[in-house]
Amino acid sequence: MSENSVAVELQGIWKRFPGVIANSDINLKVASGTVHAIVGENGAGKSTLMKILYGMQKADEGIISINGKALVFNSPSDAIAAGIGMVHQHFMLADNFTVLENIILGSEPKSGGKLDFAKARKLISDIAAENGLAVNSDVLVSELGVGDRQRIEILKVLYRGAHILILDEPTAVLVPHEVEELFNTLRDLKKQGFTVIFISHKLDEVLSIADEITVIRQGTTVGSVNPHTENVSARVLAEMMVGSELPTPQSVGNTIQDQVVLTVENLGVIAAGGKAIVDGVSFKIRAGEILGIAGVEGNGQAEILNALMGIESATGKVMFQDEDISKKSTRYRRDLGIGFIPEDRQRQALLLGAPLWENRMLGHQTKAPNAKGFWLNPRGAKADTKRIVAEYDVRTPSIDVNASALSGGNQQKLIVGREMSGDPKLLIAAHPTRGVDVGAQAAIWDHIRNARQAGLAVLLISADLDELIGLSDSIKVLLRGKFVADADPATVTPQELGTAMTGAGRAA
Amino acid sequence: MLSITRTITSNGDLTSTVTIAQALVFASPIALAGLAGIWAERAGVINIGLEGMMILGTFGAGWAGWQWGAWAGVLAGIIFGAIGGLLLAVAAVTFGVDQIIAGTAINLLALGTTKFLAILLFTNAPGGGQAQSPPIKGKIPVFTLDSIVEPLTALHEKGIFFVSDLAGLVAGLFYNMSLLTIITLLLFIMTSYLLWKTAFGLRLRSAGENPWAADSLGVKVVQYKYAAVVFSGMLAGLGGAYLSIASTIYRNGNTAGRGYIGLATMIFGDWRPGGTAAGAIMFGYIDTLRLIDTGNQNVKGLILLGAIILFTIGAWMLRSSRRNTAIGFLLLGAVMIGAYFSATSFPPEVAQVAPYITTLLVLATASQNLRPPAADGVPYRKGEDH
Amino acid sequence: MNLRRLATSLIAPAIGLGVSLAATAVILISIGANVTVIFSSMWNYGTSPRAMTLMLNLATVYFLSALAVSIGFKMNLFNIGVNGQYILGSLAAAVVASNLQLPKAISITVTILTAMFVGAAWAGIAAWLKVARGVSEVISTIMLNFIAVGIISYLIVRTSIGTETSVNIRGTKFIPESGMLRGNAFIDPDTKVYGFLIISIFVGVGYWFLLNRTRFGFDLRATGKSASAARTSGVQSTRMIVTTMLLSGAVAGLVGLPYLLGQTGSYNLQFPTEWGFIGIAIALLGRNNPVGIAIGAIFVAFLDVSSGQLVLEGVPREISTIMQGLIVIVVVISYEVVRRNQVKSEQRSVARALAKQEVSA
Repeated sequence: MSENSVAVELQGIWKRFPGVIANSDINLKVASGTVHAIVGENGAGKSTLMKILYGMQKADEGIISINGKALVFNSPSDAIAAGIGMVHQHFMLADNFTVLENIILGSEPKSGGKLDFAKARKLISDIAAENGLAVNSDVLVSELGVGDRQRIEILKVLYRGAHILILDEPTAVLVPHEVEELFNTLRDLKKQGFTVIFISHKLDEVLSIADEITVIRQGTTVGSVNPHTENVSARVLAEMMVGSELPTPQSVGNTIQDQVVLTVENLGVIAAGGKAIVDGVSFKIRAGEILGIAGVEGNGQAEILNALMGIESATGKVMFQDEDISKKSTRYRRDLGIGFIPEDRQRQALLLGAPLWENRMLGHQTKAPNAKGFWLNPRGAKADTKRIVAEYDVRTPSIDVNASALSGGNQQKLIVGREMSGDPKLLIAAHPTRGVDVGAQAAIWDHIRNARQAGLAVLLISADLDELIGLSDSIKVLLRGKFVADADPATVTPQELGTAMTGAGRAA
Repeated sequence: MLSITRTITSNGDLTSTVTIAQALVFASPIALAGLAGIWAERAGVINIGLEGMMILGTFGAGWAGWQWGAWAGVLAGIIFGAIGGLLLAVAAVTFGVDQIIAGTAINLLALGTTKFLAILLFTNAPGGGQAQSPPIKGKIPVFTLDSIVEPLTALHEKGIFFVSDLAGLVAGLFYNMSLLTIITLLLFIMTSYLLWKTAFGLRLRSAGENPWAADSLGVKVVQYKYAAVVFSGMLAGLGGAYLSIASTIYRNGNTAGRGYIGLATMIFGDWRPGGTAAGAIMFGYIDTLRLIDTGNQNVKGLILLGAIILFTIGAWMLRSSRRNTAIGFLLLGAVMIGAYFSATSFPPEVAQVAPYITTLLVLATASQNLRPPAADGVPYRKGEDH
Repeated sequence: MNLRRLATSLIAPAIGLGVSLAATAVILISIGANVTVIFSSMWNYGTSPRAMTLMLNLATVYFLSALAVSIGFKMNLFNIGVNGQYILGSLAAAVVASNLQLPKAISITVTILTAMFVGAAWAGIAAWLKVARGVSEVISTIMLNFIAVGIISYLIVRTSIGTETSVNIRGTKFIPESGMLRGNAFIDPDTKVYGFLIISIFVGVGYWFLLNRTRFGFDLRATGKSASAARTSGVQSTRMIVTTMLLSGAVAGLVGLPYLLGQTGSYNLQFPTEWGFIGIAIALLGRNNPVGIAIGAIFVAFLDVSSGQLVLEGVPREISTIMQGLIVIVVVISYEVVRRNQVKSEQRSVARALAKQEVSA
């Protein structure tokens, strides 16, 4: 196991899809026994590249070499046979199966015609012990938390004899101490000679675990850096990812008015297993104020938003201006003037099979310009859709195409435009510029800032710390369902915020 | 509970040997339909077309049976059912058509095709008619273990509380036991083993729980779905063949919704063979009582039995927190008791609809808190994100 | 209306029709019948005035049935219970109408309302079972069909609702002429076109308006396209399910009325009980769109009426049922294939158009 051998080499990889080039001329060298990170923006082409490496997609051009040998992958089985194992971002686990069943699926140990459960159990506990991964084979996956599920995914690939592990955004759903546990596992694996390829856009984490970092931008490799030997900061990496000076959405001036628009007291949401995902959250937002919530995904943000919109049931009190809306329906809350940009746009904010002008009406079908009382007003909706398309730079040939035909960024612009229309008094926005190109991002920030000037109250959740700091008037940090810190956007830096979000420096 | 009912109604038929034996005969087609449902849905494909596949099976058995004998009928029934299954697989798995729509379309097609072919092929055949086939030649072997049956039946006649009923129950299992019923039982056992104790079964079930995970591990999901659905059709076809052979002819409309009742037993059985068999036996029992009801007394007995069961379930549910439903059940039970005591006999229509009302009740109790396969009904396309 | 969309939506039915005609021809040849003779005799008979009247009448019935099913389909609710809903609705309507001696307009209105109420109530049972107990409406509505047949048999044979209306036939009392809607014989001098045809057209128009021009209709279609997006937009799923099933049942209740009020005047056990299933097939063919359904209804009715000729040529008329079944399967598959292609091609054309925009910008 020579330290200098190359485990994975990609040369000249190209991949095209109808209408877009996902990967162009990618070149990558991963040394064995190292943790190699690949960073890039959403849509830069990282996932496609990994799918090619894992045999789920085939490259149009280029060579893949594993341990010096050029190989062709026609399916994941080929990649598995070559010693590559992939831990997907969205876990591929069957909830109703046990841990054991999930791990052995597709590579089951047999005796006679029967499944050899005893042998499987032994194999698994051996691998787990070797690598410091604790596991109970007979538990149903549905009962496990996120960190445990990830461990099972890792076990899955180790069980199949993988020496090269690909992890796709592994920390996206982990809380801070789980991230540490994962990194410890990775360090152990490294010591044993495994090679780890780590895809992420969390630059701070990448800097702490990676031995080498490759940056991908718009489908092609931009460069590689070694954080041990070179002095690299997150900001430098970010600029490599984006390719230009990052825009900063600085909010100017104090526009906060006296009137309180949203009051939340002691909000709580309990998950199916009895765990409190949101635990005693309280805050107030005034007209003209933007409150930002910072937190790693999975700490309760989505549940807070759903509870505020009345989609999920919750305990505690929610008041809109002077009215108690804790028990009111979603439609009632929307009609009061609350706009909602949800996190999962395809599932919650769009009808993919419907034309754009019908999507304009979604969520607002009770009032003008979409409706007059009981009746719909298609002409009004269409006219207003054209306005939104123009004002928010939605790239589409017409308003009659189905929403599914638009790119993610343009879908997002349409959604933002829709929710900002109709003069909302409160905007609840989750990652409002996710997937949106830089120019349009600035435009959306302008719209929000102007509305804020006119008295709009905003609850903002974003993984983009620059956006959060730049737009918010005040920031609260959410960790495990509770607010644990306040931050002043005028003085806090992304690094400090990131530290607070991950709970580093506090007793876990 | 059966014993209580029998004593109160002094209706020996409720637990007699003949009744029990006949109950198994009626239960088997439904059980096969339920098993067929399990195979398909465990692989993630909802099979509403079971009724149509059963119809195809009854037809195949009638057509082959009157020309070449009972076993040919069985074979033909299985093959015809398999064709129906293949059609569903093509429509739903390869083309991704909504599974319920595809199943309904198959039911329509099966109905029309069999009616048409019946007129064409049976009208001029000896003993046949426009809507039915000539009698099936030969029989499937039937076994009776006299050494057990005779003494136990005598015990049953004595009318001793519980012991006699048990005697009748056991005796019924060994009286006129058809080879087909034994085959059905074996199929149930085989399913339990195959699906839960072998790699094949694990992969098939993974297609129904998380096909994308299975695919990422190299499992050929589409192949498993096809196999499951075609086998499902075969089982339904066998169930249909059973029906025809038991009635000795093919007749239009003989299935009378048994395919759907089979689905209900599958839901009742939580998608497992054991519970499904229990549900099927219950239906078979009800069907039998209805049919051999000479003095309209059996229906009364059934109603009383149903009332007692409802009371028991209602009381049980009061202990858990579902108050409203518990009260609903208790009320229904009270109504049934009232009906029992107030009427001397019930019109035959009540018996006619009994299986269907029972299905509704069964589904109403069982449908919540169940664990169907997680990806059941979800169209799967290789390579697509979910 | 986008011409391209029109063309694509016609491909699937065209394929279905083509395949089914071919398959029918094959079947006919295999049983030794002369294909051209059969098809031409069907056509000749089918275009005769009397046949066209019969066809219109049957199409009216099929149209209503398919509409009822469509309301549910648009929301991914499968109301397979149209059979039970309409026979109960027709029975109730017959009983009520036969006891009324009022001016025609009032009598007909009351009759219609009765049928709709009973149909809705019967569907409501399935709706309640679904929202309160999670029971699949597919199975529950089918069970309710069987139960309805039993109830009707009981009421007619064993209670005073049924009387001896003719030799060996028990049915409801005859509806007085003031309650009938016999219609006009304007195509063929000897056969009347049901008066209910006009009402059916109104129902169809009302359906289109409800679905495309009201808030409720938007909510319904949105729920059908994406239940999660609809929920986020404020739709309450429980309320939607119940309301939709009730509406579907109400329209279903009407299905027997054209025949009841246009021809028989009495409900007896000979009353056809299979019109619900045909409605499902036509709803699938017409893709839940009133115009498509109307065309489908006329087409299927044409097949049914003209296939009566086949008996004269020694071919069982049920061949038309096979045709219908085949059409449904092929059309349903074709729709799916066309739809997937459409999504992909739309994405491509949008990308192309945008690229052009950027170049010219």
